[in-house]
Amino acid sequence: MASLNIKAIILSLVMLTVMLGLWELTHQAPEADEALSEFELLMGGADQEARVPPPSTVASHAWSELSNPFYDAGPNDKGIGIQLAYSLYRVLTGYFLAALIAIPLGFVIGMSPLMYRALNPFIQVLRPISPLAWMPLALFIIKDSEQSAIFVIFICSIWPMLINTAFGVAGVRKDWVNVAKTHELSALRTAFTVILPAAAPTILTGMRISIGIAWLVIVAAEMLVGGTGIGYYVWNEWNNLDLSSVIFSILMIGVIGMLLDLALNACARFVSYNE
Amino acid sequence: MSNRFVTVEGLSKVYPGKKNAPDTTIFEDVNVAINKGEFVCIIGHSGCGKSTILNVLAGLDDATSGTVIMDGQEVSGPSLDRGVVFQNYSLLPWLTTLQNVVFGVRARWPKWDKDKVQEHAKHYLSMVGLSAALNRKPSELSGGMRQRVSIARAFATQPKLLLLDEPFGALDALTRGNIQDELTKICAETEQTVFMITHDVDEAILLADRILLMTNGPHARIAEDIQIALPRPRDRAQIVEDDAYYTIRNYLVNFLVKRSGDPALKESQQKTPQIIDPLKLQSAKPKEVPAATAPSNVQPMTFSAKA
Repeated sequence: MASLNIKAIILSLVMLTVMLGLWELTHQAPEADEALSEFELLMGGADQEARVPPPSTVASHAWSELSNPFYDAGPNDKGIGIQLAYSLYRVLTGYFLAALIAIPLGFVIGMSPLMYRALNPFIQVLRPISPLAWMPLALFIIKDSEQSAIFVIFICSIWPMLINTAFGVAGVRKDWVNVAKTHELSALRTAFTVILPAAAPTILTGMRISIGIAWLVIVAAEMLVGGTGIGYYVWNEWNNLDLSSVIFSILMIGVIGMLLDLALNACARFVSYNE
Repeated sequence: MSNRFVTVEGLSKVYPGKKNAPDTTIFEDVNVAINKGEFVCIIGHSGCGKSTILNVLAGLDDATSGTVIMDGQEVSGPSLDRGVVFQNYSLLPWLTTLQNVVFGVRARWPKWDKDKVQEHAKHYLSMVGLSAALNRKPSELSGGMRQRVSIARAFATQPKLLLLDEPFGALDALTRGNIQDELTKICAETEQTVFMITHDVDEAILLADRILLMTNGPHARIAEDIQIALPRPRDRAQIVEDDAYYTIRNYLVNFLVKRSGDPALKESQQKTPQIIDPLKLQSAKPKEVPAATAPSNVQPMTFSAKA
């Protein structure tokens, strides 16, 4: 097993080296024949057209960004750390608000066939709506771009949690409910000591799906609302034609998304059980 | 009849037919009386409603008609007074062995402090020989150990009536034997009243004071109430040396294989089960045995294919 891991790591490194090497070799800026004029320097060297920077350029840019992640030089020039913190704040606020509503509501839906049938049509219609489609309405009603972004995160992360909670609660084995019944547990104690732990792995799966979706959506939402955040940063650097920053921020989005998923995965392992 | 503890009267279960189909009566006219401290087994073929009867006693299922009275009170809904051990153990898999038993003890005595609860739970786990596995999850235990935990949980709540639904059905023969011994021992110590479903004739003879025999469903009923007059304590190794054991065993097997589907038996107007002691039956002359119950009078044509 250990040798398999080592082999996998070696193979990953080989693939990474090959990819970066090819990228590096095919994306070199052409050498200037003569000394560059000031105008040419301003336009990015002797290149006649803008091109994707090679990984070495991205890496050196990433190094300079990461070595000072929290600088703030005005509205359009903030460190990557500040931008990511804004995005994380929005995602986590919207996400936890959604969890606060989705999990109790999911419990009710899962335990009551009546509520399930009554609420199902609403869920089925609202769930497939792209979260960004809510944005204009949110902006109009809330009148605050910051809170509208949080609302969009809320609305996109509520569905997987709601549906998984309801599914997990409804699917709790009848034997375990019978154990609660024969021990004369009250409804509330049954919910907390039997149904919640039994459904927890399914609920956590929903929460994991939700955080993934929320992190996908925040980038798009921030591109729309602007101002701060990693989504805004990507779009702003695109407007600046600073492709090194764009590539760097794409990588950062990936890394943070992975960390969020790992965190939720760790929580899921905490509540999981084997039958 | 002075120490009559559980009385089941006229119990029946009918499933309404869909659309124009007739209703299905699983069992009817089920009358059972259990005395305090008695160990009663019930045997019958699949589909005769044994599990439903047990679930009605547990309060987990409703009968269509009839009443269950325990300790002078009518049974309605589940209660800690009736502990249940299910065939599939029904342990909570996210709790350890100890926590599973503590779960039952805390439900029974919510006011006890933590130490007392733990001590009580550990005592019952030691009775089933699981003191070394307190902190293991059910998934890390063998089937036999899981069922021991389940039995410890049931005994720890000190129910007035213990209901066992084929508790050893999923265990291998050796494990089953060991747990049967432990169960006999604990029952003798605690004078527990037990009602148990089983498919195993040998198990029933070993454990029971009385064995209730059910006819085949639908329209099943408890036909006979077999007295097991073997002396206690019964030892698994010695009991099989005893001729009386085989007399009882043959009687039971004969009923299950040949007579449980007998229409004459099912249509019998007798409401209460016929009380029979196979040991006395043998010494009596065959002609004195009532026609409806005598094994020798049964026509082979009425064989039940289900056996």
